[in-house]
Amino acid sequence: MSSPSTYYIPHDAKWPIIGSIALFLFFAGFAAFLNGGNSVVMLAGGALLIYMMFRWFGLVITESENGMYSKQVDTSFRMGMMWFIFSEVMFFAGFFGALFYARIFSGPWLSGIGEGGAAATNAVLWSNFEYMWPHNGPAELGGEYQVMGWLGLPLINTIILLISGVTVTIAHHAIKEGNHDKMVRWLLATVALGFLFVGLQCFEYYEAYAHLNLKLTTGIYGSTFFMLTGFHGFHVTMGAIILLVVMLRGRRKHFSATNHFAFEAAAWYWHFVDVVWLGLFIFVYII
Amino acid sequence: MSTATTEHHDHHDDHGPAYGWKRWLFTTNHKDIGTLYLLFSLVMFFIGGGMALIIRAELWQPGLQIVDPLFFNSMTTMHALVMIFGVVMPAFVGLANWMIPMMIGGPDMALPRLNNWSFWIMPFAFLLLLSTLFMEGGGPAGGWTLYAPLSLQGGDSFAFVIFSIHFMGISSVMGSINIVATIFNMRAPGMTLMKMPLFVWTWLITAYLLIAVIPVLAGAVTMLLTDRYFGTSFFSAAGGGDPVMYQHIFWFFGHPEVYILILPAFGIMSSIIPTFARKPLFGYASMVYATASIAFLSFIVWAHHMFTVGMPLAGEMFFMFATMMISVPTGVKVFNWMATMWRGSMTFETPMLFAIGFLVMFTIGGLSGLMLAITPADIQYHDTYFVVAHFHYVLVPGAIYSIMAATYYWIPKWTGNMYDEKLGKIHFWISTIFLNVLFFPMHFVGLAGMPRRIPDYSLQFADWNMVASIGAFGFGFSQLIFAYVVIKCMKGGEKATDEVWEGADGLEWTVASPAPYHTFETPPTIK
Repeated sequence: MSSPSTYYIPHDAKWPIIGSIALFLFFAGFAAFLNGGNSVVMLAGGALLIYMMFRWFGLVITESENGMYSKQVDTSFRMGMMWFIFSEVMFFAGFFGALFYARIFSGPWLSGIGEGGAAATNAVLWSNFEYMWPHNGPAELGGEYQVMGWLGLPLINTIILLISGVTVTIAHHAIKEGNHDKMVRWLLATVALGFLFVGLQCFEYYEAYAHLNLKLTTGIYGSTFFMLTGFHGFHVTMGAIILLVVMLRGRRKHFSATNHFAFEAAAWYWHFVDVVWLGLFIFVYII
Repeated sequence: MSTATTEHHDHHDDHGPAYGWKRWLFTTNHKDIGTLYLLFSLVMFFIGGGMALIIRAELWQPGLQIVDPLFFNSMTTMHALVMIFGVVMPAFVGLANWMIPMMIGGPDMALPRLNNWSFWIMPFAFLLLLSTLFMEGGGPAGGWTLYAPLSLQGGDSFAFVIFSIHFMGISSVMGSINIVATIFNMRAPGMTLMKMPLFVWTWLITAYLLIAVIPVLAGAVTMLLTDRYFGTSFFSAAGGGDPVMYQHIFWFFGHPEVYILILPAFGIMSSIIPTFARKPLFGYASMVYATASIAFLSFIVWAHHMFTVGMPLAGEMFFMFATMMISVPTGVKVFNWMATMWRGSMTFETPMLFAIGFLVMFTIGGLSGLMLAITPADIQYHDTYFVVAHFHYVLVPGAIYSIMAATYYWIPKWTGNMYDEKLGKIHFWISTIFLNVLFFPMHFVGLAGMPRRIPDYSLQFADWNMVASIGAFGFGFSQLIFAYVVIKCMKGGEKATDEVWEGADGLEWTVASPAPYHTFETPPTIK
């Protein structure tokens, strides 16, 4: 594949405006849905968004296969992906920040520990509240519940994700040797592990709701538990779909030993998802 | 860094712009997208300004006369959201689009399709936001900071507001990633980092701030959304959360955001002042380091917005001292600009007038900021008009003046025509006089104890409020001169030379005026 010598600047970008319309329908529809409307507009927007991504990525893949991207374009893509992942890290940082704040400050203050006005809320409203993590607040929102232990499913899920990090690396080495079949096999394993993780996570949620009475509405513990693991689970699903697309492209021999940015971007994303999980496993489940 | 050469590729047919509406809808050209951003920003400036005039009309005299208090509150909320996210940020992104590729000798932005999307999200996001004004229960009225629990008590519009913020955030993050990739990957050979114009440097650092904090805002408003609609307890003490936690997360975004609104302005000043002083910028390297220091410090000062919420003493002390440290790198900048002008052969065309206006009045805002940084003093000033005066002094003669200075400075390069110098100067002087009539009295009523975000006030504040309202209408209507000058310049006028300004330095002045549709497809040689 020869590399062009000028920087490829596309013309007539038709998909972005479709993407804007899709997002508008999705957001407006979602907001209407939350206010008691139906979900038709939201779903239409979501479907259009998925279609847009399918076509936009398809266009980029075609252009890449036709050799229109130089090394410099490749670098732009790499930087784009890198900083996109960094922005995702910061998104999770916000939720981790909420978890730490609730555990280090709000909880003790509600139980009357701390200087300044901290003791007032306890004295006036909830003088019986004593802080220990996890808790569902002085008003015990959501009622009696059991804590999600870290042994069992979460530990198995940790092992699954760690193994998937290894399998994706083996696949990477395979494509670096130019071995498409081996890459596809190991990617298949990675994707399978990814979806297994998501499946087990769903089962864990079912257990939490059905047997532990642990819900999104179970005070701050339920809020942080489900929001952090939920957004993580969503990212695992995305990551697995990305890897699946890369695998299908691998079957069509889209990559070469030196040129396989899509694979690397997907792998970076997968490792990011992996690292976030380790943070979750330690701070949400164990400690 | 690999380079582009003159050799043409089959797929790269070198055509000019398409015709009609399709050109603007589907464009991937950095100049077209820059123009779109700037025009969008201009339109939003008048919408946000109209809201400000409604506020000032109500405050013309004590008592409730024109609007009901809920609508007044939604005006203060929307005015801020529109001005921050719809005017200043898109204007800076528009300037970045136009100027950065030309300043670094690159053929375009690194990711042109993404660039188109970053812009075309904005009109839709603001359609979503502004539509809330027509909903039952009105638009958001709890202040632009959307503090819980107040913001959670809004009407149906709440979800729309949250999603519009997500929507704008997507645009900001994509735009910033594009700018980072452009600056690192599209520079002409020889354009080393320390040769880049300061506008490029300040935007690089701003882009990092955006990538780091916009997702945190997205997280914060997502928590608001789930607290309201899905029964989570992030900001409810009953469930073990804390409303103050929202403020911490919000201001972790909000304070770097303040610098997002001013760092590109510093870059613009560093371009304009040397041109009209006919001297190189004094202390280039120190400017770069000062910008980076301000960006770093911006992450560890957020709780100075919250001195009255009841933080532990150690927190109050830390945030006070960290905040005051920011005045060191900012002082470096102000003194560098003054040293640049020192013994320069100065002339005072409109861009320079706005630049000097910036320098003087931004510094006033900076000094009142220093007063607000002192915790025991802030407890007195908190949520008064003194704060309103402070941030309007840094935003209006700061961010907005820099954008106007940049427009007057670069519009001959964009359109190929000189703007009307006489009208430009009139615009500057009328704006500057009315601006001070508008905002300076707010210091007095603030120190006397007038609270912000209130449609009615005690009688003793009446005189200065009337003065401020006169200033507001004067300033507001004088901006029509600006719109007129811009439109007139787009339509025609005296032809501009390629260099435009006698003392101008930089790659953008080496190309024709107006700048050709494609510039630097062959990278220039950098000395």
